[in-house]
Amino acid sequence: MDTATTAISVSGLVKTFGRTRALDGLDLSVDTGEVHGFLGPNGAGKSTTIRVLLGLLRADAGTARLLGHHPWDDAVALHRRLAYVPGDVELWPALTGGEAIDLLARLRGGIDASRRDELIERFGLDPTKKGRTYSKGNRQKVAIIAALASDAELLLLDEPTAGLDPLMEVVFQDVIFQAKAAGKTVLLSSHILAQVEKLCDRVSIIRLGKIVQSGTLSEMRHLTRTTIEAETARPVSGLDALPGVHDVRSDEGRVHFAVDGAHLDEAVRHLSGLGIRSLTSHPPTLEELMLRHYGDELAAHNGAGGAA
Amino acid sequence: MTTRTETGAQPGTEPEASAAPGTPEGRRRLLAGTGTLIRFALRRDRIRLPVWIAALLMASFTTLGKLEGLYADAADQAALAKTMDSPAALAMTGPRHYLEDGYGIGAMLSHQVIGFYVVLAGLMSVLIVVRHTRAEEETGRAELLRSTVVGRHAALTAALTVAVIANLALAALLSVSLGGSGAAGLTWEGSLLYGAVFGGVGIVFAAVASVTVQITEHARGASGMAVGVIGLAYVLRAAGDVGDGTLSWLSPIGWAQRSYPFVDNLWWPLLLMLAVCAVTGGAGYVLSGRRDVGAGLRRPRPGRRVASGALMRPFGFALRLHRGMLIGFGCGVFLLGTMYGSILSDVDDMLKNVDMVDETFTAAGGVNFVESFASVVMIVNAVVAAVYVVIAAGRPRAEESAGRAEPLLATGLSKVRWLWSHLAVALLGGTVTLLLAGLGFGIAGAASTGDRDLLLSLTGAALAYAPALWVTLGVAAVLFGWLPRATAAAWLVPVYAFLVGYLGKILQFPDWMNNVSPFGHVPQLPAKEMDWTPMLLLTAIAAGLLALGLAGFRRRDLETK
Repeated sequence: MDTATTAISVSGLVKTFGRTRALDGLDLSVDTGEVHGFLGPNGAGKSTTIRVLLGLLRADAGTARLLGHHPWDDAVALHRRLAYVPGDVELWPALTGGEAIDLLARLRGGIDASRRDELIERFGLDPTKKGRTYSKGNRQKVAIIAALASDAELLLLDEPTAGLDPLMEVVFQDVIFQAKAAGKTVLLSSHILAQVEKLCDRVSIIRLGKIVQSGTLSEMRHLTRTTIEAETARPVSGLDALPGVHDVRSDEGRVHFAVDGAHLDEAVRHLSGLGIRSLTSHPPTLEELMLRHYGDELAAHNGAGGAA
Repeated sequence: MTTRTETGAQPGTEPEASAAPGTPEGRRRLLAGTGTLIRFALRRDRIRLPVWIAALLMASFTTLGKLEGLYADAADQAALAKTMDSPAALAMTGPRHYLEDGYGIGAMLSHQVIGFYVVLAGLMSVLIVVRHTRAEEETGRAELLRSTVVGRHAALTAALTVAVIANLALAALLSVSLGGSGAAGLTWEGSLLYGAVFGGVGIVFAAVASVTVQITEHARGASGMAVGVIGLAYVLRAAGDVGDGTLSWLSPIGWAQRSYPFVDNLWWPLLLMLAVCAVTGGAGYVLSGRRDVGAGLRRPRPGRRVASGALMRPFGFALRLHRGMLIGFGCGVFLLGTMYGSILSDVDDMLKNVDMVDETFTAAGGVNFVESFASVVMIVNAVVAAVYVVIAAGRPRAEESAGRAEPLLATGLSKVRWLWSHLAVALLGGTVTLLLAGLGFGIAGAASTGDRDLLLSLTGAALAYAPALWVTLGVAAVLFGWLPRATAAAWLVPVYAFLVGYLGKILQFPDWMNNVSPFGHVPQLPAKEMDWTPMLLLTAIAAGLLALGLAGFRRRDLETK
């Protein structure tokens, strides 16, 4: 393991709460300087993973290294180098947002006052209001500003924009790009797929406490099916026989099918032999990538719903 | 240019909009959903309320059993009456009138139980009302409920109704079980009145809570204020019972005691309670109707843009979170001390009127009335300070379970330093609370008796309880470190200390019961001599417990939402 290029490396992580196995042999690797998306539905183990990385929970088995250090033993030293935004920020009712930002950033090791003021301005936060008067979105802003105003090299963001309006979402994406440009590493847990598609270099999908797929989006797309819709001069035949082609439907010179990433080339070559008049291809969306891993669960749900 | 004809109250619009709050129609709207809320509250409290009521019944019955066993014949009763005829004993129990006409079992029961246990009935009522009104608003659950067909006054009415139901149940059960117990001298009339004053005082403090929940936005603050009123009522009656009785008539607890169940059986003090309920309850409704859901009476003001230097250090930050509670307790105990101090001269006078000091009383440890009275006051002060310490030590647990500890512990602040900052505030805060109680007592005592030496000796006597206080904190720290879900069990320490220190003498508990409490080992200054050995031992135990608690927290997972 190279600590210069690997910011987070986790292998075989297990964490149980009573009989619940929240993490079940989780492996995760995040390179220095990348924005890594951490995807999965509620309860899959995203927050538990991040809390183990923060040294707030002690893993039952497996190893975890954060910036080359042990997250539990070296928690405090590590915390000076990272910043964390929880998905559900709770603030002190009697402290103002400005005080909370200063407190969190200063305890982390320092605050860049001009950067803080700039972020407060960009996110449109009123720092003089008391914690209890903030809405959900404003509480998130307080934690985001505190995290980004400090000079942390690693950002652990656990659904950071939950409750933020779309305008603020744009601002958030912009500041994450800035952080990336400044060479910071970001682990972004999210289920806003558009956000992940836009921001992340690599993505890990977690299911039932295990990583089921990890890689760049294009690698992942290669592994899944692309949907093709085409109009050809001559009627389509023989497509079903090709490897990796599924769900062929055709009517009046139009054909519609899905093809595995590895066999896309052969399918298109077959079509061009028939004289392509028009061709549209849809790369798999992140939703489809997710559904590939969660499709059976969804089907089970729908089945149960139908039976009830 | 637009014209607005649709706004304003147009004559002839549908009656729905014009149903004034005074009309039956308007009332129905303000109270819509009350019945459902009452059932809901009873469902939520289906364990809590029976436990409270059973505990209060038990309190009367165990005392009754003890009294019957210890003071069955007239000679013993007369001896006890003589012992009780001292300012210290009267301040702890009730008015002297109970002693005058033969101190039978009924008189003893009313004298020794009412003043003390109606406080708990009041506490039950306050917690019910706060729990179902302000606590719901603070969490935001009330907003969800109020968005349904629920009237503006439904929540308050439901909470008060539940409190009234609980108190009536307590009153009925007390009356029936005491009346039917067949104990000597427990008449049915006396038993009915005995139950009624418990219920009456309980309902009065429910009405008080209906006002305090309107004032502040925080459930904790609302309970604190209402409990402060209960404390004031208790101190007023204690001062009045030692003095000429005037102050007792300012206190609902005084009214309960001065209805003299089993002695004179006066029913009219219940009317005073009824009147207070009507006035304070009415005030609660008026205030409730004038404020927004979730808001207090004071408008929120903008605060500081940036944090001060002190806030950004862990201790300064912890101090900021504890500040309100510390100031409240500090002022409270100072007043409590002053109140007790100002009746020291009455205690002095009483000494002059008594021909001879009773042997049993001297044997009980007193050199004179003033000093033995002072030692009892010290126990009360120490228990109040211990209550502060337990509340303060509960703060890290509250921060942890509310999810506010998590972002802090994800910074460069270590777990041990974070917890220690809270414990240090509790440690210093508790000690300061003791000091203020002793100072208040000393200043007022010195002023009222003209004996300047009292200032130093009383302040010193109060501070002697500091090591026991630190042990209390240590117990809370160990619970938090090793059994976080049981942190609230630390309450047992002050409650036990109070029961043993306060009632133990009358009910003659065995020695081991006293020895279990850290407060039992503190030399009872100024009545007794200073002894440094237990003080040093308690301090060492406290240090060990604190270290153990910190070590436990260091190795356990943080509980997250």
